[in-house]
Amino acid sequence: MPRLSQPHLLGIKNITTEDIELIFETADNFKEVINRPIKKVPSLRDVTIANVFFENSTRTRLSFELAQKRLSADVINFSASTSSVKKGETLLDTVNNILAMKVDMIVMRHASAGAPHFLSRHIKANIINAGDGTHEHPTQALLDAYSIREKLKGVAGKKVAIIGDILHSRVALSNIFALNKLGAEVMVCGPPTLLPKFIGKIGVKVELDLHKALAWCDVANVLRIQLERQQLKYFPSLREYSLYYGINRKTLDTLKKPILLMHPGPINRGVELSSDAADSHHSIILDQVENGVAVRMAVMYLLAGTTS
Amino acid sequence: MQKKLILDSDLLRVTIDRLCQELIENHGAFDSTVLLGLQPRGIFLAERIREKLSQALDKDVPLGYLDATFHRDDFRRREEPPKASETRVPFLIEGKQVILIDDVLYTGRTVRAALDAMIAFGRPEKVELLVLIDRRRTRELPISANYVGQYVNTLDTQKVLVEMDSDHQHNRIWLINKE
Repeated sequence: MPRLSQPHLLGIKNITTEDIELIFETADNFKEVINRPIKKVPSLRDVTIANVFFENSTRTRLSFELAQKRLSADVINFSASTSSVKKGETLLDTVNNILAMKVDMIVMRHASAGAPHFLSRHIKANIINAGDGTHEHPTQALLDAYSIREKLKGVAGKKVAIIGDILHSRVALSNIFALNKLGAEVMVCGPPTLLPKFIGKIGVKVELDLHKALAWCDVANVLRIQLERQQLKYFPSLREYSLYYGINRKTLDTLKKPILLMHPGPINRGVELSSDAADSHHSIILDQVENGVAVRMAVMYLLAGTTS
Repeated sequence: MQKKLILDSDLLRVTIDRLCQELIENHGAFDSTVLLGLQPRGIFLAERIREKLSQALDKDVPLGYLDATFHRDDFRRREEPPKASETRVPFLIEGKQVILIDDVLYTGRTVRAALDAMIAFGRPEKVELLVLIDRRRTRELPISANYVGQYVNTLDTQKVLVEMDSDHQHNRIWLINKE
């Protein structure tokens, strides 16, 4: 059936493999749309969407907003830093006030894990999680898997290494769920202090040596060191991290095989990726950004179109 | 389920030949005319017509596939989002004469959506519509076809089933009573 199993996209964990495939097939059509001379379709012209961002974002928010405009939706933007949240309003009150203005869909980023799940139990609008704390970031995982599917003609059986700060990364967790559902093999790689203790239990390989991980994989998804979430010292210095886990052109050249290099952004150039690696032919970072718009259009189209 | 044969394989071939002759009468050597088949069911007919025209004119007649799903007017008025098909228009239609091709003309809403979708590829000089079956007196919009394979009187409780395959051996068109 061409509909999603859920009225919300809260995380990859609670959607099905069929949902992911439906999103990908729909995204194929939207990718064609955004490459037309006129990049806009009228599907969501009677839908109003609020982008509610309690945490900073550039790429995700722009990507969502562009996707909404390409679908002809009406868009309102809200960011916590300039709002009454500072005056002590609760999350539910804030969102209910937005919904009172007849909003059909909420795209939310929040620093607390589970915030969109909480909201979904109390309000009627469709909710899309655009990142909740260190928990999930489903649209990023979808666009990552979609980019792998596009470049390698499929995801099943491919070997994907997720490298870096796994502990603080919602991208890592959503990616692991998505890739597992699609039949890829997943490995996480990083310093032991940045790997969650029981990460092996959710069906991923664990590797501490970057070079072994790169030699094993078809795709390296490199994550940013999230200094803003790190209250402790997890490694002695950025320089030392970069020496052990940074990827540069030389590391890639010694592999003697083509791998796809991905990064969800923003890149800390010179830390996890050197400039010559980030800008090399291995890198599909900008394809990820383009695919992000198509995938988000697909998600919003499918959620808005399911009315029962 | 009652089924009535409207067109069999032989008659269908004759009909398509006639439609191609009409097209050549009006568009000559197809110097600035392009074909656009409507997804999903118009493309078999469009491919067949392209093939015949290309043979008759001894040149490649351009054909694109147009999907109007994202331009439909019933989005959010049904339970499920309609499923899209591939759009592939490998040429600009700016200043061209466009022939939209679909299998059955019924309410006219698909054609309206297709006209809307088509504009994304430029402003054509002229647009015409070719259909294999025109269901009389069922239109919900002021739309009519320029080239018609066959007119059929139908009831709302009936539907037209077009069976076309790529080798054209078992092409048939049926009128079916819905249960």
